[in-house]
Amino acid sequence: MPVFPFQCKARHNRAMANVTELDVNGTRRRIDADAGRTLLSVLRDDLDLTGTKYGCGEGQCWGCTVLIDGQPARSCLTKVGAAAGKRIVTIEGLAPEGKLHRMQEAFLEADAMQCGYCTAGMILGAVALLRSNPNPSDAEIVSGMNGHICRCGTYPRIIRAIHAAAKKGGRA
Amino acid sequence: MRRRDFFTVLGGGIVVLLVDDASAQQARPRGMGRQMPQDVAAWLHIGEDGVITACTGKVDVGQNSRTSLTAAVAEELRVPVSSVRFIMGDTDLTPFDGGTAGSQTTPMMWPQIRRAAATAREMLLDLAAQKWNVDRASISIANGKAASNGHTAGFGELTQGQKLTKTIASNVPLTPATEWKVAGTSVPKIAGREIVTGAHKYPSDIRRPGMLHGKVLYPPQFGAKLASLDPSAAQAIPGVKVVHEVLAAPRPGFGSDVVGVVAPDPETASKALAALRAEWTPAPSQPSSSDVYSYFKQTAEGGPASSDGLTTYTIAYLAHVPLEPRAAVAEWNNGKLTVWTGTQSPFGVRRELAEQFQLPEESVRVIMPDTGSGYGGKHQGDAALEAAILAKAAGRPVKRNWTREEEMTWAYFRPGAVIEVAGKANPDGVIAAWEFHNYNAGSAALRTPYHVPNAREQFHQTKSPLRQGSYRCLAATANNFVRESYMDELAHSIGMDPLAFRLKNESTDERLRAVIEAAAERFGWANRKKTPNHGFGMAAGFEKGGHVATCVEVAVTNGAVKVVRVVEAFECGAVVNPEHLRNQVEGAISMGLGGALFERVEFAAGKISTNRLSRYRVPRFADMPAIESVLLDRKDLTSAGAGECPIIGIAPAVGNAIFDATGRRVRSLPMAPQGLGRAAGGAG
Repeated sequence: MPVFPFQCKARHNRAMANVTELDVNGTRRRIDADAGRTLLSVLRDDLDLTGTKYGCGEGQCWGCTVLIDGQPARSCLTKVGAAAGKRIVTIEGLAPEGKLHRMQEAFLEADAMQCGYCTAGMILGAVALLRSNPNPSDAEIVSGMNGHICRCGTYPRIIRAIHAAAKKGGRA
Repeated sequence: MRRRDFFTVLGGGIVVLLVDDASAQQARPRGMGRQMPQDVAAWLHIGEDGVITACTGKVDVGQNSRTSLTAAVAEELRVPVSSVRFIMGDTDLTPFDGGTAGSQTTPMMWPQIRRAAATAREMLLDLAAQKWNVDRASISIANGKAASNGHTAGFGELTQGQKLTKTIASNVPLTPATEWKVAGTSVPKIAGREIVTGAHKYPSDIRRPGMLHGKVLYPPQFGAKLASLDPSAAQAIPGVKVVHEVLAAPRPGFGSDVVGVVAPDPETASKALAALRAEWTPAPSQPSSSDVYSYFKQTAEGGPASSDGLTTYTIAYLAHVPLEPRAAVAEWNNGKLTVWTGTQSPFGVRRELAEQFQLPEESVRVIMPDTGSGYGGKHQGDAALEAAILAKAAGRPVKRNWTREEEMTWAYFRPGAVIEVAGKANPDGVIAAWEFHNYNAGSAALRTPYHVPNAREQFHQTKSPLRQGSYRCLAATANNFVRESYMDELAHSIGMDPLAFRLKNESTDERLRAVIEAAAERFGWANRKKTPNHGFGMAAGFEKGGHVATCVEVAVTNGAVKVVRVVEAFECGAVVNPEHLRNQVEGAISMGLGGALFERVEFAAGKISTNRLSRYRVPRFADMPAIESVLLDRKDLTSAGAGECPIIGIAPAVGNAIFDATGRRVRSLPMAPQGLGRAAGGAG
């Protein structure tokens, strides 16, 4: 499991300034959020980017995964203050101009979902995995993705989708 | 929607209303009849623009009913899947439905939708014959067009200027499975693109103008009663409103008080909730997860059966853990309540809300966006009720999202059980005696599918300390686990191969025999080779119109159980969508592994301690075996549902494989919560 990279030490520091701008999906978005709020809440409630999902609030399911400077991060544990000034990519930013990312295509082709609630986090986690390991083995996919929960149990299909996306190559 | 409203809402064209005798006999809410005729089970509209809209009260929680039902319309109307729009689970727009449960969408709704579409096709033939003044038999319908001797017309052209309604009975002839072109194929998931792009709006994603966020104060233990409440500190927070309602009918465990807060954002709502000062009167003592099994026996109605000579198995309570916790957004407009919520029973939730607010049911609209799973766990309307109470008090729309902890505490659970069993096999393999008692879990699959004269099988109603309810296959998982484990015990008692023993006692159910043989063949049961620490097990059963057989290989190392390989043969009549069926079978195996090996709800004194994902282990990537599914496509049989039955084989097959590997019979679910060494309950 990747190490959670953004610990906000000033979690309860009420004096912490508000965050006024976030770089999300290549766009600077104006916000006015207490720096101690979770990135998940700011994305969903302030910016209406609801593709990022709440699953557990304790970093156990990775359903809320976003990319921060290319690294997978659990937005439910990330304070928005720690994400300010960094490049954030959510599922909505993965298919600019409507062209699906190869990982999105691979998930569709493998029917790697049922209810689809975990899918956004899965896809972003898988995108990050391929960036660090362009051609992972089954075991490497399992260890790289083991933090993610799919309660519908489509894990074998997700593994298949990641292999298929790796084979497609191209844009990571 | 009233009949005449179809054309107001959807424009001119043709409408088919399908009358269904069976669904007319389902339990119906009071006050029905002023709107949708009671006996309409489904309807379909073809507009003047050619757009096809079909409608059902069923919902999609990931089982892909939206896709299968859309394919049904496309099949019978001879149109591309992309030209069909499905409205599901909206109480203002869809016919009454008793709930998406019991694997009934495929056997009941799927043929009904096909009948509606087949009738619309016949109406289009009539319209084309009229329009061109040609013999009806000369007209063919394909690819969304009617054609006859040089004439062609799209559906919209035919329905132009029409306002035709036809009410049909449910006995219209259907295209036989052997001639299907769209049905029976792997039509891709309808909302797939919206899901992989994050565009699909789940219930928890709904946002309304001016919406506030709500939280609700729950008792510190089930049944504790609110003694006093000081809301002043919460109320002092800017933007916060505290709401206190007393329900006419108390919710079990929650009590009658609904104390909540609303605030402009979820964080402020959380702070306000934490600032409420409440005192509680503790509930009377309640059984814990460690003594609940004796509690079941003690509280059995009419007293427990004699345990003499019976072998005891135990089944833990399970949590559904849908990845999307319960969520609802409620909005009041001029006395009408609209709620968006994730529920398997939108009409049931409408009734709950109408009763709470003393409204006629047509003043309540429940809309169910395709939801982040259910597994039988989302029938009740708690989040909807809370959102509606808060929204009414606030005078603004309110979103109420349950937290993970709330979901894993205040939802209902799959029932725990004690099951006691006895039997005897003659040396030739014939089962001579069979006795089976289920305490608390339920009677699904209580009866053995094997041929046993004078079988005694009984379900004993008991008290449950936890709120319990439906789950994939409900009691069938518990009953199959025990029956198929004990079948293995009997086979071993006479030194007979478990496969041969099952086939010997299989009665007249050729479908059960077929899946057992198919699974055994693909698995290579006859040629399996024992190696140290590895074991093989099998199980079979049927439920909800499906037949299943499961073979597994496990490896047991220092008490740690790893399921290495699973082969499952499944047959549910004519296959509706092979890829989605495989997905259901694989998913059921994956989910079933959790209940088989490590999932269990732990509780004491009315508190759930397994109330987080860090405390309740669900299956993950690393738990997955190699899974092979074998689908038997019986085009001669009615299609049955597949969201439930495939889960019942995995637990007993794993248990039997553990026995094969270790010589140890584990008689409790889960079997290896922390490895086999500390397996709880009736481990032998």
